[in-house]
Amino acid sequence: MLAIYKRELKSYFTSMIGPIFIAVAVAFTGVYFMVYNLSVGYQYFSYALGSTLFIYILLVPILTMRSLSEERRSKTDQLLLTSPVTVGQMVMGKYLAMLTVLAIACVIFCICPVIVTLGGAGHLASDYAAIFMFFVCVSVFIAVGMLISSLTESPVIAAVGTLGVLLLIYFASGLASYIPTTAMGSFVGCLVLLVLLCLILYFFTKNWLVAGGISAIGAAVCVILYLVSPSVFENLLPGVLENLSLTENLDTIMYTFVFDFSGLFYYLSAIFVLIFLTVQVVQKRRWS
Amino acid sequence: MIEVKNLVKRYGSHLAVDHLNFRVEDGQIYGFLGPNGAGKSTTMNIMTGYIGATEGEVLIDGHDILSEPEEAKKCIGYLPEIPPLYTDMKVEEYLRFVAELKKIEKEKREACIQHAIEMTGLASVSGRLIRNLSKGFRQRVGLAQAVMGMPKIIILDEPTVGLDPKQIIEIRDLIRGLAKEHTVILSSHILSEVSEVCDHIMIISHGKLVASDTPENLTKMMDTSHRMELLIKGDGQQIRRVTDSMEEIVSVEMKNGEEEGTMAVTLNLQEHADIRERLFYAFAEARCPILMMTSSRVSLEDVFMELTADDKKARMEMEAAADQEEGTEKIAVPQAENGSGEEAPEENADDTIKGEQ
Repeated sequence: MLAIYKRELKSYFTSMIGPIFIAVAVAFTGVYFMVYNLSVGYQYFSYALGSTLFIYILLVPILTMRSLSEERRSKTDQLLLTSPVTVGQMVMGKYLAMLTVLAIACVIFCICPVIVTLGGAGHLASDYAAIFMFFVCVSVFIAVGMLISSLTESPVIAAVGTLGVLLLIYFASGLASYIPTTAMGSFVGCLVLLVLLCLILYFFTKNWLVAGGISAIGAAVCVILYLVSPSVFENLLPGVLENLSLTENLDTIMYTFVFDFSGLFYYLSAIFVLIFLTVQVVQKRRWS
Repeated sequence: MIEVKNLVKRYGSHLAVDHLNFRVEDGQIYGFLGPNGAGKSTTMNIMTGYIGATEGEVLIDGHDILSEPEEAKKCIGYLPEIPPLYTDMKVEEYLRFVAELKKIEKEKREACIQHAIEMTGLASVSGRLIRNLSKGFRQRVGLAQAVMGMPKIIILDEPTVGLDPKQIIEIRDLIRGLAKEHTVILSSHILSEVSEVCDHIMIISHGKLVASDTPENLTKMMDTSHRMELLIKGDGQQIRRVTDSMEEIVSVEMKNGEEEGTMAVTLNLQEHADIRERLFYAFAEARCPILMMTSSRVSLEDVFMELTADDKKARMEMEAAADQEEGTEKIAVPQAENGSGEEAPEENADDTIKGEQ
């Protein structure tokens, strides 16, 4: 794992992707820091940092696009998969290398709260907690990008796919307010989701019986629940979406200065699930 | 030692590897021979643990490649069809990465890298980016990667493809050198290469093992008649008189040679008859100088064509051979016959499958 980690990290810095990622991230954060903290005079660096999150929707796909797709295209995965390392170690090595690139940028951000403090009243604890949460949140983005990269052989498709998914995540909480909050609306939404689930299951298992069966059972449960107590469905989908939204969780620390452990736990479990899925995608390809 | 038991790989409805069974003993060079799309690369990919088999098992030195992958993979060095090179790395840097990846102990690592560089003749390019290397050198870097850490078993998939004749000879010598300490398995669709380098040949066709034997035995197996070709200065009648006097000669074919006044003569002889000396004196007496004399046997090429061209015919050959061999060498008789019509578009099917992967 260490060998893969070191190689990946080195390759990020020889291919210029790493320096460009760090440079753009630091430059934009610097601009926001200058405007929000130095010019307008906010005491919290987290305001500036929170506003730069959208930059990472563009930056993360560039960082992650080659991670697994390039290995497949150049057939170097044959070396990795035939050497005495597990797929899990291989994926973790790559993931940690990408996190290291992000971490370098975050370490540079750590200077900003100090500058604020030098100029007057700073809030170091709150700001450093915000930087940490920000790091974990973007780590989730990177895990999303890595999963999509493992699905394709083309870095360009991986980048565009990641961009699309990240945009969806970014706007999810905003879009949630447009979803009808009535019981009927959520009920129909659940059924649509079940159809989607059925298609996804079929795509991965190529087995209509399993995909259809699971979805049919889900649909039956929904119908029974709806008939027995329709109130369960009231505000169900918008509520779930808001809770799942990655950015909402970040906002609690960024703008209300409350360190939310449930948010951190949510991020970490999302990372775990995404890495697990990535490993499964790589494994599955060896068996089909 | 490698044991492959009842290996099957299915891509959808296409059977890439069809119940393959064989054993590879230590310290020999094994050659996998087969036409394009015969399942050589697939078999090698399964043996090295790159892809999983649909059925069957592979034991590397007693370790199952699936249940104990790390132990098994430590024993193997693998050079795939396309060398797995990171083109943005320098040669030495890449080999250092490989050494670390293969979990070679830190103290031994540097020595291993130097040994691999020396063996494959990479010293002159060790500081260059792999991207800028020629095909031949890239192949050598791939080879250096495979021999890194001196694994017990080295598996090479078409190691000489794309190399110039000089490089091919160098790589062959290298492979022969490796066999002193390692078991080497290489695949090829080039016969001369396999027959020159390998101690043992396994011929694969349509995913089945159709023959497994030493090159000598394979040629002997097909060799039912002995033929001699001569180029003689003299006319047909004189020659006929000499050949008629020898009872070992079954039949004679004659045609005019390229040079004026010469005849190209093909003699079909009785089995195991050696009449070269007598031919020499007989023609000398008749004052017909022999300009050229070769005894021709069935070439490995013919064996290969015979075995891979027609499944049914090949099977009959194999059955006959199996009777002769009395079981000292293991020969797989192809099992259930698949409709040959179904297997005809082999290469196309293979391509589409690769696309889907």
